[in-house]
Amino acid sequence: MDIFDVIGPVMIGPSSSHTAGAVRIGRVAREILGRPAVRAEIGLCGSFARTFRGHGTDRALVAGILGLAPDDARVRDSLQLADSLGLTYAFHEEHLQSAHPNTALLRLWGEDNVRCEVQGASVGGGNILISRINGMETQVTGQQETLIVLHRDEPGMIAAVTGRVADSGLNIGNFRLSRPKKGAQAVMTLETDLAVPAPLLDELRGLPGITRVVPIPANRSV
Amino acid sequence: MLDYDSIGELARRAASEAVTIGRLVLADQAEQLDLPQDALLRRMHRNLDVMRAAARDGAQKELRSTSGLTGGDGWRMEQYAASGRALCGPLGGRAIAIAVAVAECNAAMGRIVAAPTAGSCGILPGALLSLLEAGRVTEEQAALALFTAGAVGMVIANNAGVSGAEGGCQAECGSASAMAAAALVELQGGTPEMAAHAAAIALKNQLGLVCDPVAGLVEVPCIKRNAGGVANAFAAADLALAGVRSVIPVDEVVGAMREVGGAMPCALRETAEGGLAATPTGAALREKLFGRGD
Repeated sequence: MDIFDVIGPVMIGPSSSHTAGAVRIGRVAREILGRPAVRAEIGLCGSFARTFRGHGTDRALVAGILGLAPDDARVRDSLQLADSLGLTYAFHEEHLQSAHPNTALLRLWGEDNVRCEVQGASVGGGNILISRINGMETQVTGQQETLIVLHRDEPGMIAAVTGRVADSGLNIGNFRLSRPKKGAQAVMTLETDLAVPAPLLDELRGLPGITRVVPIPANRSV
Repeated sequence: MLDYDSIGELARRAASEAVTIGRLVLADQAEQLDLPQDALLRRMHRNLDVMRAAARDGAQKELRSTSGLTGGDGWRMEQYAASGRALCGPLGGRAIAIAVAVAECNAAMGRIVAAPTAGSCGILPGALLSLLEAGRVTEEQAALALFTAGAVGMVIANNAGVSGAEGGCQAECGSASAMAAAALVELQGGTPEMAAHAAAIALKNQLGLVCDPVAGLVEVPCIKRNAGGVANAFAAADLALAGVRSVIPVDEVVGAMREVGGAMPCALRETAEGGLAATPTGAALREKLFGRGD
C-alpha cells in the first residue's frame, strides 16, 4: 500500500466495489475478447443483481466492455455510448453456486462471431477476482502485472511461454494453469514483477497453439 | 523507511527531524516508490484538482443521484453558507457545503478521489478546499496536508481497516475525519504531536458509528455523514490546537476502533439490514427502488 491507495484512487462514484470494480471486470472481458464487442449478455448475481441500477453497476460494466477506465467521466453515459458504438447489451439475473455476492458473468461477442465468457467478482475497494475464463477456472486479481494466455492443451506449451518470458529477464511471481479436459483449450495465468513488453507479447502471439495473449496491467496503473 | 504502523511514531519521527508529518511522509513515499518528490507532489496536486472539480459539479441545483434519492443539498448548503448566517461561521459552513457537494457528486456518478473510500470522499475536500478558498493556505500546503492525512489513513488501514463492510462507518467517515483533523492541525501550524491528538480525538468521537446505508446505496445517510465528519474534524483540530490532549493515545484509539468494528453485528456493516436501512422509511425506499425480496 502507498499513499495514493489511501488518497485515491480517482474514480467515478458512487462505490468502489459496485462501480469502479465493475468497470475493471468489464475491461478484462473486453481485453480477453481481443476486439470491440458488438453484443454483450451480462448476468448479475447477489448484491450486483439487487442494487445495480442505484450503484450504476450496469453503466460501469458496459463502460468497461467499451474499454473505458474507472476514472473516465463517460462511465456515467456509457449506455448511450454503447448505442452509438454499435454494442447491444442485455442484463439478466444469474444464479451461480457459491459465487461472491458481487459477481458478474459476461458473455461477449465480436463482429466476427468470436466470443468469450468471463466470470468476475468485485471483492472490495475496487479490487477484482476473475474466477472463470471461457469456463476454465482462474484466479486473476490484477493486483500484479498479469498475463493471460489462452492456448491448446499440448505438450511443451508451458515451457514455450515461460521460457520466452524468462529469456526476456522478467521474473514470474505466480503461475497457474487450468484445463477442463486433456487436449482441449487451456488457460495459463502468469504474474510478473514488471509489465510484459510489447515485442514479447507479439512473439508469444506468434507461437503455434496460442489462441490469445492478454496483458492485464496491475491495479494501480489502470 | 517508515512502516506506517503507528501514528504516534510518525509524530515522534517528524518532531525529532523538525519537519511536519506531511514533509516526512512525502520524503519517505518518494523513497519507497522510487520517484522524485516533485512527481509525488504533482500527483497530489492533481488529486486536489479532482476534489475541486467534484465540489463544483456536486453543487449544481438540479443534480440528482442515479437512484433519484438524493441531490441538491450541496447547492442548498452552499447558498446558506454564502448568506453568512451559518452557525459554524463562513469557514465551517463552507466546509460542510463542500463535503456534501463532493459526496453528492459521488452519488451522481461524478469523478471523485476516494479518501480513504468513495463513501467518505467529501470530508478531506471540505476541510482543505474551504481553507484554500479563504486564502488561509497555499496549494502547496494543501497538497502536503494530503500526505499528512494519507499517512494517518495508511496506519488506520494497516491496523484496523477502512472499509464499512469490515468496521462500519467509523472505519470510513471516522477515518476520513481523523485524517482531516491531523491535516488541519498541520495547516494551522500545530506540532506533529498536536496532529496526532487531533486524529485521536476525531476518531474517538466517531467510535461505534455503524454502516447502515438505505437500500445499500452510498447516499442515505452517507452524504450527511460527510458533513458530520468534516465538522468533527474542525472540532478535533481546534481542541488539539488549543492544547487539549487525548487521554487515550491515538494508536490505542485505532486499536479500539478495530475491536469495536469486529464486535459490530453483520447487519450494521454495509449489508443494509440494520440501523437506518431497517427503519420503516428505509425499508419502504428500498422496496420502491428495487422491489420486494432479495
